[in-house]
Amino acid sequence: MLEVKKLRKSYEKDRPALTDISFNIKPGTFVAIIGPSGAGKTTILRSLNQLIKDDGGQILLDGNDIRTANKMELRKYRRQIGMVFQNYNLVERLTVIENVLHGRLGYKSTIAGVFGRYTQQEKEEAVSLLKKVGLENFALQRCSELSGGQKQRVGIARSLIQHPKVILCDEPIASLDPASAQNVMELLKELTEEYNLICIANLHQINMAKKYADQIIGIRKGQLVFDEDADSLSEDVLRTLYDQEITKELK
Amino acid sequence: MQSSVKFLKHKGWHQTGIIALIGGIYFIGSMILSFDNAKGLLSVPKAFNWLFVNFRPTASSVEYLPRIWQKLIQTVLLAISSTVVAAIVSMFVALIGSKVTGVNGYVQVIVRGIASFFRNIPLVAWSMILLFSFKQSDFTGFLALLLMSIGYLIRAFMEIIEDEASETMMALKATGASYFQVIFQAVLPQILPSVLSWILYMVENNVRDATLVGILTGTGIGFIFDVYYKSFRFDAAGMTVLAIIFVVIVLETISNQIRRIIL
Ligand SMILES: Nc1ncnc2c1ncn2[C@@H]1O[C@H](COP(=O)(O)OP(=O)(O)OP(=O)(O)O)[C@@H](O)[C@H]1O
Ligand SMILES: [Mg+2]
Repeated sequence: MLEVKKLRKSYEKDRPALTDISFNIKPGTFVAIIGPSGAGKTTILRSLNQLIKDDGGQILLDGNDIRTANKMELRKYRRQIGMVFQNYNLVERLTVIENVLHGRLGYKSTIAGVFGRYTQQEKEEAVSLLKKVGLENFALQRCSELSGGQKQRVGIARSLIQHPKVILCDEPIASLDPASAQNVMELLKELTEEYNLICIANLHQINMAKKYADQIIGIRKGQLVFDEDADSLSEDVLRTLYDQEITKELK
Repeated sequence: MQSSVKFLKHKGWHQTGIIALIGGIYFIGSMILSFDNAKGLLSVPKAFNWLFVNFRPTASSVEYLPRIWQKLIQTVLLAISSTVVAAIVSMFVALIGSKVTGVNGYVQVIVRGIASFFRNIPLVAWSMILLFSFKQSDFTGFLALLLMSIGYLIRAFMEIIEDEASETMMALKATGASYFQVIFQAVLPQILPSVLSWILYMVENNVRDATLVGILTGTGIGFIFDVYYKSFRFDAAGMTVLAIIFVVIVLETISNQIRRIIL
């Protein structure tokens, strides 16, 4: 269970990027965060694993507050929270399997991690996860040689090998063609159910949000204006969210 | 519409103005220096002709080759060793000084300051200063090249880190990886091609510079060029120059090959 309570953040004085954001997410739920550009979606996501230090509130993962963790504890929380990026953020020169294994670093001693020494078990798991995301034949390929959709699936495998409770996706399909985007969304949805994950994705595509998400959170100017089942997303809500008519997106 | 036409017209005028300004500065400059443009231009072919006649190596200059070759090797090794040491030092400093991997704001400012200090003192000045403490020796040349290279490489490496490593670094930080794990698993592999490319460039550059430094510190290829030149053995000096050009071209070719493989 992920509980966010009264999360606040401002980058500059008197210009809040987030004001009192509160929501709860149960395991096994695929959540889409939607809202106009600059609304604060990325800020929320990065606060959840404390890549951004927020200004106040609570972020409870199974009852423990991530915000008050010290450095060591934060490492332990972060390894339970996978992250998937719009630009994939892989080490392009390394092979696919090396990038997947990076997801284990949070569990390793500094020395073992620095020299990239992984156990047999970790390597086997990496291979089986590559199979799961459909890249079993690419394990030894350099990431720079992959397509965008393939890179994104490497990113997903990297987050899965962390054995996460939560996966955060910041616009995971924004750089992909429609077919790859569809595949990635389907994969995320499937994994959410299979591993009973909390999967939170920032999306600009409302039709995708509506199609795949169980729960939708709407953010406008740093404030939460909508937090319900995906089915309850109506034209009225979209109008207030985006300040204009967005009807055809819903079809 | 109207305003963009006006904008383009304005821009045209600006360009004409700037060209006129540069021309004017040149004209006034040559008046002040009483530089005769026509005569200056005419003396260029004459100068080259003189160079060609006097510096052309003859059959007998070949006997200088073994000695030139030995000094040249010495110079190339000096350039390579100073670059390698500079690269190692610069990498450490760049890691603690860059915006993404750096320690904190103060360290960043200090590192930037140090880098531009080393970079902005001309190589010749470094050599002269170091001559006082280390006398005429290979070590003086080594230090001069080292300090200069450090200035350039710190700056280059910091920019590479900031441009190329920040995204992957964030991804690994988010997995719970520790600082050193992130540096070794994400930052270094990610920036390696660009870093190697800079190191190769610096080696080429340092071979050229080592010649100049050698004249001042009395070592390497620069030294024997100086000796031949001052003893009016112009053909031997010409041979030395040819040998330098040859080695620089070979080095450039090799490093271009390496670049093609790693990039
Ligand atoms: N590093 C920063 N420094 C200052 N202001 C920032 C910074 N990052 C974000 N902001 C501001 O915070 C607000 C929220 O930004 P955020 O990136 O969270 O929006 P977003 O909803 O993710 O937008 P997009 O859909 O375009 O990605 C914006 O007004 C933005 O200008
Ligand atoms: Mg964003």
